[in-house]
Amino acid sequence: MEYLNILLQEIYKIFFLVIPVLVTVAMIVWLDRRVWASIQKRRGPNVVGPFGLLQSLADALKYIFKEIIIPASANKAIFILAPIVTMTLALAAWAVIPFSESLILSDINVGILYLFAISSLGVYGIIMGGWASNSKYPFLGAIRSAAQMVSYEVSIGIIIINVLLCVGSLNLKDIVNAQQDLWFVFPLFPMFVIFFISALAETNRPPFDLPEAEAELVAGYQTEYSGMMYAMFWLGEYANILLMCAMGSILFLGGWLPPLDIYPFNIVPSFFWMILKILFLFLLFSIVKAIVPRYRYDQLMRLGWKVFLPFSLFYVVLTASFLFYFELLPTKVY
Amino acid sequence: MITHTIFFYFFSIIAIYSALMVITSKNTVNSVFFLILDFISVGCLFIMVGAEFLGMILLIVYVGAVAVLFLFVVMMLNVAEQKTSWFRGRVTKGTHIPSGLFVSILIFLELLVVVGGWKYKTNIMSSGSLPIDQNTTNTHELGNVMYTDYVLYFQLSGMILLLAMMGAIILTYRKRENIKRQSYFKQVSREKSSSVELKDAEFDKGVKIDD
Repeated sequence: MEYLNILLQEIYKIFFLVIPVLVTVAMIVWLDRRVWASIQKRRGPNVVGPFGLLQSLADALKYIFKEIIIPASANKAIFILAPIVTMTLALAAWAVIPFSESLILSDINVGILYLFAISSLGVYGIIMGGWASNSKYPFLGAIRSAAQMVSYEVSIGIIIINVLLCVGSLNLKDIVNAQQDLWFVFPLFPMFVIFFISALAETNRPPFDLPEAEAELVAGYQTEYSGMMYAMFWLGEYANILLMCAMGSILFLGGWLPPLDIYPFNIVPSFFWMILKILFLFLLFSIVKAIVPRYRYDQLMRLGWKVFLPFSLFYVVLTASFLFYFELLPTKVY
Repeated sequence: MITHTIFFYFFSIIAIYSALMVITSKNTVNSVFFLILDFISVGCLFIMVGAEFLGMILLIVYVGAVAVLFLFVVMMLNVAEQKTSWFRGRVTKGTHIPSGLFVSILIFLELLVVVGGWKYKTNIMSSGSLPIDQNTTNTHELGNVMYTDYVLYFQLSGMILLLAMMGAIILTYRKRENIKRQSYFKQVSREKSSSVELKDAEFDKGVKIDD
């Protein structure tokens, strides 16, 4: 009986995390399209509901009622599993994101490693989808995506090491609390820029959206998908983008901490700041999508391996030497 | 405690089943997928014994990077169906069986030694390991050991990995002639005077372009 109680409580908590995330994803898609449209001097979705706010709900309804088509030569089990993997992983990572000092589903010691691990598993949804479709364009898209995500993970990992050197703990709450005096954007600004660009590449966003480059690959790994399965890929992708924004705000923008610890700022509930920071980063993501042309594949690889990797490695050495020389290395044991 | 036991059996059954499926499934890509499932469930087992750092590193390194490359190679080589399967049906020219048997007998003997050690030294669990300090995380503990007592071995293993990487690059690198390369420096540092020239075109004759 006791176990059942705990189980029900946990399910209740998970429910109240997943539903807001999904609703936010739907709203964020609308925001993305609106920003994109207004930069290109179009109107964007503005018909369904006030300001077109319900457009995503209408789209979701449409996807639910569309037929799911499974190609005859596809590997059926893996074909169906792929969007499920993408979406589950994208949602599972939210378990460790702290929205405030107490608003966190599971406060684990290796939170940042968990986030990194889950985001590196995200590539499987894409590879599985691309391979199981048994068709040329999805396969090419999947191969491109796998190489791209593995390359940019390396630089993200080294950027995380930079932050961890300043914190001395892998716990996400400790990482945020270490930024009480100074957000890490200021001392580690070059790393923040590289993290942002790598996050774009990691989530297959423009200008690095080569896995689904329309002009060359129809829709990349999603070509053979339809109906609800396509919608799940889509939701997973946007949930991943939000996750990267959350990771950026925790690592560099001080998570739930207010910008200044003075009167009008510190009475605002802390999760509000967290959400504001996530939205700010997402706004940057969608502006980049509208104003930057797509990279060529060899340029993408060159940027990842020959520019970001050496530079972030150099910065690790720099940070470590700086902290060591000025005796700022974190000695507090959490 | 009972939930712990249930989860332990759950993950270990998945681990054993997927390990069996890695070697028995006919489709090579499926084998790799089962290998990934195996890695994940072993990672979960690591986390369950309290080695959360090792579990996460297993997920990041093996599942996130190594298995992706496995999958890559298997998909690119397109070895979808294996012709000679000695687990199911007919045994054809089994040239790999002797070496496979040799390796598996070796591993079996090693396991026998380990398990036998457990049997004849019953207090191995309590005497062999230091007491676990509940106040520090095991990431700190690992770091304290790895960067103090074993720092040379740690550096040495890093060096070996670096050498392996360099060896692989040298073995596969070949310099190709007559290939067009893009040099960003050249492109950016190009001047107007070296690339554009104004010419008066005469009527009915045009301009002669010399290249």
